[in-house]
Amino acid sequence: MQETTANQVAARATSSFTEHLQRERPGLLPFGLSPFQQLPAAAHAAAPVQVPHGTTIVALSYAGGVLMAGDRRATMGNVIASRHIEKVFPADQYSVLGIAGTAGIALDITRLFQVELEHYEKIEGTLLSLDGKANRLGAMIRGNLPMAMQGLAVVPLFAGFDRPAGVGRLFSYDVTGGRYEELEHHSVGSGSMFARGALKKLWRPNLSEQDAVAVAVEALYDAADDDSATGGPDPVRQLWPVVYVVSRTGAFRVPDRDLAAVANAIIESRAVAQREA
Amino acid sequence: MTQQFYVSPEQLMKDRADFARKGIARGRSVVVISCRDGIALVAENPSPSLHKIGEIYDKIAFAAVGKYNEFESLRQAGVRYADVRGYSYDREDVTARGLASVYAQSLGAVFTAEQKPFEVELVVAEVGPSPEADHLYRLTFDGSIADEHGFIVMGGQADKVSEAVEAGWQGELDFAGAIRLALAGLVADKETTTLPASAVEVAVLDRGSESSRGTRRAFRRLEDADIVALLAEEN
Repeated sequence: MQETTANQVAARATSSFTEHLQRERPGLLPFGLSPFQQLPAAAHAAAPVQVPHGTTIVALSYAGGVLMAGDRRATMGNVIASRHIEKVFPADQYSVLGIAGTAGIALDITRLFQVELEHYEKIEGTLLSLDGKANRLGAMIRGNLPMAMQGLAVVPLFAGFDRPAGVGRLFSYDVTGGRYEELEHHSVGSGSMFARGALKKLWRPNLSEQDAVAVAVEALYDAADDDSATGGPDPVRQLWPVVYVVSRTGAFRVPDRDLAAVANAIIESRAVAQREA
Repeated sequence: MTQQFYVSPEQLMKDRADFARKGIARGRSVVVISCRDGIALVAENPSPSLHKIGEIYDKIAFAAVGKYNEFESLRQAGVRYADVRGYSYDREDVTARGLASVYAQSLGAVFTAEQKPFEVELVVAEVGPSPEADHLYRLTFDGSIADEHGFIVMGGQADKVSEAVEAGWQGELDFAGAIRLALAGLVADKETTTLPASAVEVAVLDRGSESSRGTRRAFRRLEDADIVALLAEEN
């Protein structure tokens, strides 16, 4: 095509913040030209980088929306790196994402994704479609693939309310950025197989929002029971999971006092049952 | 080789300024009012999708008059500047002052170096925790920048509109009052006494967005129905 001024202008017109950074400030991207990529691969095989990891995110649909919850523990090898970390974030007004994997990169990708969605909204004057958001997140995870190959993987879970369709939807990803729509419920992270077992037993169609919160917290409780990298509810420090609900009215964080009540009820019922497993 | 006619720099700049002023004076006006609840931005604009008012960042809004393609490219550049800055430092490091000075530099560069100056006038507004902490920057086509207090009127017939707004302005206005005052100002140069909601574009920077709506983003565009409801309160 002929290189006219109009063509150049059209080619540079992007609503994507990530593309803008790639062009103008590639050094600011969480992936891309990082020091890790320039190191020889053998160096990593010899001494894998020890960095905090976040684990176990659960998400499930309920009548009128979706819910996502994450525990509060980050681990570095066998050490608890943090008891306060948050792994579930609002992406924009109608979607949330939870991230398991290398905490540092995950937090940066989350921040980039939040700015990406807000940037699109401001430039275009309209929100991106839910599928559009899910695809953008997939592209970011794929951008992180070279780091994932060196052991710094990030695996997100994405949930949002599809306003035209009027339903909550749930997406999972693999490290190559592959995007898979999940039905009913899903879980990622090292405790996910235990959480998933719990979800299979506890989830039922048309849960109310309150019941959905209880199911998510109980699934995390089960994950924490069997997975050392997942933190359970902590009544001593008054730490509860981070839970977001997304419905037609938007994404909202469930307040700590509600979660305290739910978590205490679960702890109490388990204590009363007096069972080993 | 043909010799270029000599034009003195004074004459050149004056011609360019006249050209830009004429272009701006043809457009409809925009009023930006700082009040108790925040900052109200009101524009006469029949298009529901081509905006003269836009969000730049958490506490910062943009309003413009003049040529659409020119101020739209400036708005997008402003959003990119703010988002890159907020992403690389922190959200609170994005200020209207920084943005306004970038705009002033680009407008100044275009005015002196390009074939044709931008036919635009801009306001960069930042809402603060109190009305005294609000910032209203007015930027003109030649890159000059002014820090104004209270309200700004730009566009065609700005003098008449400005007079009408000045007569009614006080710091204690709420949003409804400020928007009504702006609308009253916008009709000051016309035969009619009211503008229909479909002919105006209204947005606000909400001073209490964290407490009232739970979001850092103070910018909120009002729908036609909201504007009608606000105007109805008066009666």
